[in-house]
Amino acid sequence: MTRRAHGRAPLLAEGLFRTAALTCAAFVLLVMAGLFVVLLYRSRLSIHRFGWGFLWSTAWDPVRDNFGAASSIFGTIISTLIAMLIAVPLSFIIALFLVEVAHPRIARPVSYGIELLAAIPSIIYGMWGLFVLAPLMATYVQPEMQKVVGKLPLFSGPPMGIGVLTAGLVLALMVLPFITAVVRDVFALVPAVMKEAGYGLGATTWEVTRKVTVGYGMKGIVGGVFLGLGRAIGETMAVTFVIGNDHRIAASLFASGNSIASTLANEFTEASEPVYLSALVELGLILFVVTLVIQVLAQLWLARLARQAGTIA
Amino acid sequence: MTRRPAWPRKAMDAAVKVVSALAAALGLGFLAWILFVVLRHGAAALNWTFLTSLPSAPGSSGGGLGNAIVGTALMTLLACALGVPVGLLAGVYLAEYGRGTRFATTVRFLANVMMGIPSIIIGLFVYAILVLPTGHFSGWAGGVALALLVLPVVARTTEDMLAMVPNALRESALALGSPHWRATVQILFRACRAGLLTGVLLAVARVSGETAPLLFTALNSPYWPRSLDGPTANLTVTIFNYAMSPYPAWQQAAWGASFIIAIGVLALTVVTRTLARERK
Repeated sequence: MTRRAHGRAPLLAEGLFRTAALTCAAFVLLVMAGLFVVLLYRSRLSIHRFGWGFLWSTAWDPVRDNFGAASSIFGTIISTLIAMLIAVPLSFIIALFLVEVAHPRIARPVSYGIELLAAIPSIIYGMWGLFVLAPLMATYVQPEMQKVVGKLPLFSGPPMGIGVLTAGLVLALMVLPFITAVVRDVFALVPAVMKEAGYGLGATTWEVTRKVTVGYGMKGIVGGVFLGLGRAIGETMAVTFVIGNDHRIAASLFASGNSIASTLANEFTEASEPVYLSALVELGLILFVVTLVIQVLAQLWLARLARQAGTIA
Repeated sequence: MTRRPAWPRKAMDAAVKVVSALAAALGLGFLAWILFVVLRHGAAALNWTFLTSLPSAPGSSGGGLGNAIVGTALMTLLACALGVPVGLLAGVYLAEYGRGTRFATTVRFLANVMMGIPSIIIGLFVYAILVLPTGHFSGWAGGVALALLVLPVVARTTEDMLAMVPNALRESALALGSPHWRATVQILFRACRAGLLTGVLLAVARVSGETAPLLFTALNSPYWPRSLDGPTANLTVTIFNYAMSPYPAWQQAAWGASFIIAIGVLALTVVTRTLARERK
């Protein structure tokens, strides 16, 4: 039997591999730090010129080089709010169906279908939203809404189809699978003993869900909502297609508006002046910091839950 | 003491069950609706010329998106070539060398956060570090932007998959005198090969449908991609440009491109997940 020579070679290979692995891990750190530094550096012109006022200035005038983030921030918040108002209850009740109501033989394919909604690329939602949903909103949904609720400022103006409301609807559909998946997993984690105790007392499925499952899994649901929120805020293409891309703050949900991401997608390649470009990068910086905070909170929250679950189990 | 009747509670329960079933049906209904629309409009646009030739002039019909198909394929390949090895090694560090260290915990946390950073921000970042210094848009920049999206996904899946390999396997390899790297590559990787492949394929499916990171990096182009050192045609940005144009012929071409992207991404996702499930 031949023995392989014990020289420096194996040690060297081990050292190299280890260093390469360490470098690649450090690369993740480097990219995250780099993202912040580079965005900050490239928005220095705009930060220097507009200061904190950038955050609440409604100006957006490329001709006079005067920019403010208010309308983009407003549109981002409103469209995300609409999306969450629709997606959270809907996800909750779909998760309830998947875990508590449906037979596993039905629940599995349904669950798979809902997850597939997450696999559809953003731009496909944009095409559907622009060419299919928006015309429907303009001809049927929005006029009906105006008829039913009357002339509230919230639903005033011509029903154009595209606008903040439609953007919110498309966003709701896009974050639905993410929130549903988290809530479903949380529901499934509730110990069977807890539920059985409820049923044993004669409670109905809904009562067990409301009083046992939800109380037990509330924290997990919050984590899921945070993850959905992070997705909705930064979603670009689908929103760009249907929000109308107009720099204004309107009271009506039917009016067109813009979001931070849609402004970037629309105007970035057209921006020729350094200040214009810098203002757009500063918008990106704001979006980055906000999603970073949301993500960090969500991860810390979920990690804490996992630790707690670990100590209980 | 009077007994509370049971029927309101039972009625409430039944109502909730019905509503929940309807909600699930609504979700599936939207999925079916979107797929149906893409299939119907897309199929009308597809033919051999569409798949193999260059785009037509604005407003005129005919022509195709052959260049965009090639460009998307090239940049997705580049994204894999860059993102998969780095992600794999980072995952190895997290699961094997750095297990339990504060550095690894930080990197794992940041990789999770990085997956949630909007892809348009990644595009902005690559614009600042690659497009601005070189002075022009390029397919290289597009590939790098996509690679940055692949990286955290592959790193986290690799770590999870390696963590699922029984420790006994790792210890027996090491006890036989195998260096850690050899144990990792030849024993552990082999044990979780299927899981690693699933992770990579799902990452590919995700980035091949991405638009936002390409907008300011690869841009778009009406020509065949000769090299990646210039604006590179791709399907997703083409959909964006064409859909926003006033020409019906271009809008139809956008549906054709949507068809290719949607079916490609969904087919890859479904096949990968089916294979992953069968192995379990």
